[in-house]
Amino acid sequence: MKHICLYFQVHQPFRLRNYSFFEIGNDSYYYNDFLNESILQKVAKKCYLPANEVIYDLIKKHGNKFKVTFSITGSALDQFELYAPEVLESFQKLAATGNVEFLAETNGHTLASQVSPELFKSQIKEHSERIKEYFNQEPKVFRNTELIYSDEIGREIYNMGYKGMITEGAKHILGWKSPNYLYYNTLEPRLKLLLKNYKLSDDIAFRFSDHGWEHHPLTADKYANWLSNLDEKEEIVNLFMDYETFGEHQWADTGIFNFLKEFPQAVMNHSDFTFETPSNIIEKHQPVAGISVPYPISWADEERDITAWLGNDMQNEAFNKLYELAPKIAHITDDDILQDWDYLQASDHFYYMSTKWFSDGEVHAYFNPYVDPYEAFINYMNVLSDFTIRVKQNVPDNTDNKQIEALNDLMIKKETEINELKVKIKKLQEQNRKLKEKENLMNSSNSKNNAGNKVLN
Amino acid sequence: MKVLMFGWEFPPHISGGLGTACYGLTKGMSKIDNLEILFVVPKAYGDEEKQTIELIGAGNIPIKVTKLGINAPWVKKLEYIEANATLIPYATPEEYFKLTREKTEGRHQFIHQDEEGYIQFSGKYGKDLFSEIYNYSIVAAKIAEQYDFDIIHAHDWLTYPAGMAAKYVSGKPLVVHVHATDFDRSGGNVNPDVYRIEREGLAAADHAIAVSNLTRNTVINNYGVHPDKVTTVYNAVEPSKVKNNGTRDSNMDEKVVTFLGRITMQKGPEFFLEAAKKVINRMDNVRFVMAGNGDMMQRMVERAASMNIMHKFHFTGFLKGDDVFKMFHHSDLYIMPSVSEPFGISPLEAMQSGVPVIISKQSGVSEILKHAIKIDFWDIDKMANAIYAMLNYPSLSDTIRTKGQKEANNLRWEESAKHVYNIYKQFVN
Repeated sequence: MKHICLYFQVHQPFRLRNYSFFEIGNDSYYYNDFLNESILQKVAKKCYLPANEVIYDLIKKHGNKFKVTFSITGSALDQFELYAPEVLESFQKLAATGNVEFLAETNGHTLASQVSPELFKSQIKEHSERIKEYFNQEPKVFRNTELIYSDEIGREIYNMGYKGMITEGAKHILGWKSPNYLYYNTLEPRLKLLLKNYKLSDDIAFRFSDHGWEHHPLTADKYANWLSNLDEKEEIVNLFMDYETFGEHQWADTGIFNFLKEFPQAVMNHSDFTFETPSNIIEKHQPVAGISVPYPISWADEERDITAWLGNDMQNEAFNKLYELAPKIAHITDDDILQDWDYLQASDHFYYMSTKWFSDGEVHAYFNPYVDPYEAFINYMNVLSDFTIRVKQNVPDNTDNKQIEALNDLMIKKETEINELKVKIKKLQEQNRKLKEKENLMNSSNSKNNAGNKVLN
Repeated sequence: MKVLMFGWEFPPHISGGLGTACYGLTKGMSKIDNLEILFVVPKAYGDEEKQTIELIGAGNIPIKVTKLGINAPWVKKLEYIEANATLIPYATPEEYFKLTREKTEGRHQFIHQDEEGYIQFSGKYGKDLFSEIYNYSIVAAKIAEQYDFDIIHAHDWLTYPAGMAAKYVSGKPLVVHVHATDFDRSGGNVNPDVYRIEREGLAAADHAIAVSNLTRNTVINNYGVHPDKVTTVYNAVEPSKVKNNGTRDSNMDEKVVTFLGRITMQKGPEFFLEAAKKVINRMDNVRFVMAGNGDMMQRMVERAASMNIMHKFHFTGFLKGDDVFKMFHHSDLYIMPSVSEPFGISPLEAMQSGVPVIISKQSGVSEILKHAIKIDFWDIDKMANAIYAMLNYPSLSDTIRTKGQKEANNLRWEESAKHVYNIYKQFVN
């Protein structure tokens, strides 16, 4: 029983417009609608729609031997609704085949796992509810933003009721171990881990069209042969990549769609692998060992750490200023503010501020609206300044807050007291009434008696 | 390999970036083995060189060879030549006219034109500039006769005629170094005489060096020079004399934003002023300083007054020497909004001093700097936005300060010199 887990990440952030400091406090619309719409429609046309169609056909052709897995972020879902509802429909069509699993993640593609368990949890819950609403599935396996994972995150996820999590098969945590098995979290062994085989994944995602690569051109048969040459005992191959690999990172004329079309058949011809989804893999396989990850890992860069998002002072300032607002946000019910809160947390904003790639910005320059990290930081901070003003207007400062809360408590206390007293009064009145009735009754019986007595007398 | 190099000014007597660049480059070149430089300037001032002046009279033109008295090891390789400072001036424009006309008739004719055999140079930019330039070329021809060298290197249009004369006499290859063109200096309102000299010099040169791609493009597009004949060699900056860890020398609570340079159209002072106004409207604890002077100074003062921001906007007048570094020391932010800046060394000096910079995209230095904010000079809103961000988001200025200081310190004249040396090697076996 050997399985390939084919998982695709679908995400589009709400990119910010050029927001100047003059506008702080004056204008609270932050997004570059034109850019977001044109990118989404371009990607929909080049990737999401044609790739969904290929996958649909493959499912029809291979039945239960071919399954795929997606995670779609909340902001991507929002953009589908706004700019390309047909994409949403085509995903729903895939969901209806029963061969497609949707994973849970944070709704806003955020770094909330680095903030607080409560925030993290609420964002995941929100996302799972939306997945249920759109695709009629309750996610059982979780994928964190950028595959960020640590022992602690794994434990939190298990406590939220998820059975498994996917993450990077980073060399520095695996050591001599192979990613091609099921593993478990060392703090919470009941949480299963699927680890990305980054070599085989990147052969498709990054190297497919690289003419300098020794294996170029990559054909489905060649790739399937590699799979069949894996160690006999290796059970699972996790191929995780951005969905935009198909048609966008690798353009259609590189032959990437043909590769995808022929891939399942070639795999079945050359090896005993079939395609399976994470929640089924967790049911069908036994974990071989625990994996200890004390510090967070991700699927980015050589280092496979989180320094691409939280690696410099600017990123940290922006991150801290943003999450300083979290306690206030908890009191807010205004939909617009909550939506901006979600969109401003997208990890992409922090990624644009990274100074790591001043020399080789290739992958990272992709759809990046800024010339350099400084511009990204300035723009984000201007927007965040305005957002902070709005949040503070909506929820007054801490000291005021406490006073209000104290007054609130007092009012509630008084009110309950009043209610209690009211009840008491009612009771007393009732008693009073009954007493009077009794008296009356007694009086009248007395008078009757008296009358009787008189008669008797 | 021996280089005959013509410059116009040399530290400490400099009026602009040209002298600084020549000094840095020659210093860098002095570190290259087998490379000797004969550096010629129209006038040495004698204030620091006196003890070491050595006169070599030759033919009818008295020529002084000066060994600089600067106590630096690299100076040994430099022979510093000047024409005698006590020369008698030619009297009339007619003489000047005769002189230049004779030029076409042959090198010896130059010399005979002046009865005394002396030629006067002031070495300063002035009204007799054109005659000085040509007189310089006469001496250049003479020097070229007397000295042995392999290649000629002329810095900017003032010395192109000298370089051309030396080439004419010696037949040695000529490299001209374009630090600026008249398109930069005049803002498009080009002086036809200057343009002619620049064009002739570039045409006569075997190769041209431009200080940035911006300048290289000007040379190609506006002077009709074939792209293969022009190479970009970026300037660098001398290691900072003043150690600065970025702490500011001020007890004021206010932030200081500085413009430093000639207050002329080329430097874009009015854009700085307009951006300042926008920032002052939004924040209180900030001051703007415009340091320098120039022909637009009065207009700038009047404009600042009419905008009612003089309480926050200050003019210092011309700063020299250590005052420049002191100014950097008082600054939280340095801005160079130049309309056209072939290179621009001063932001590098600011960065060395631990001051973050905002520079215009219309500057050569913006082609190589990563750790600076780059804006279009005309984009006042964006400039104001960048100023505001630098003053209000501490991690931004901290990052740019530390990374920028490192970056500026890594721009070495030795690297530029090596690049120039490689160009020489194409012409000298």
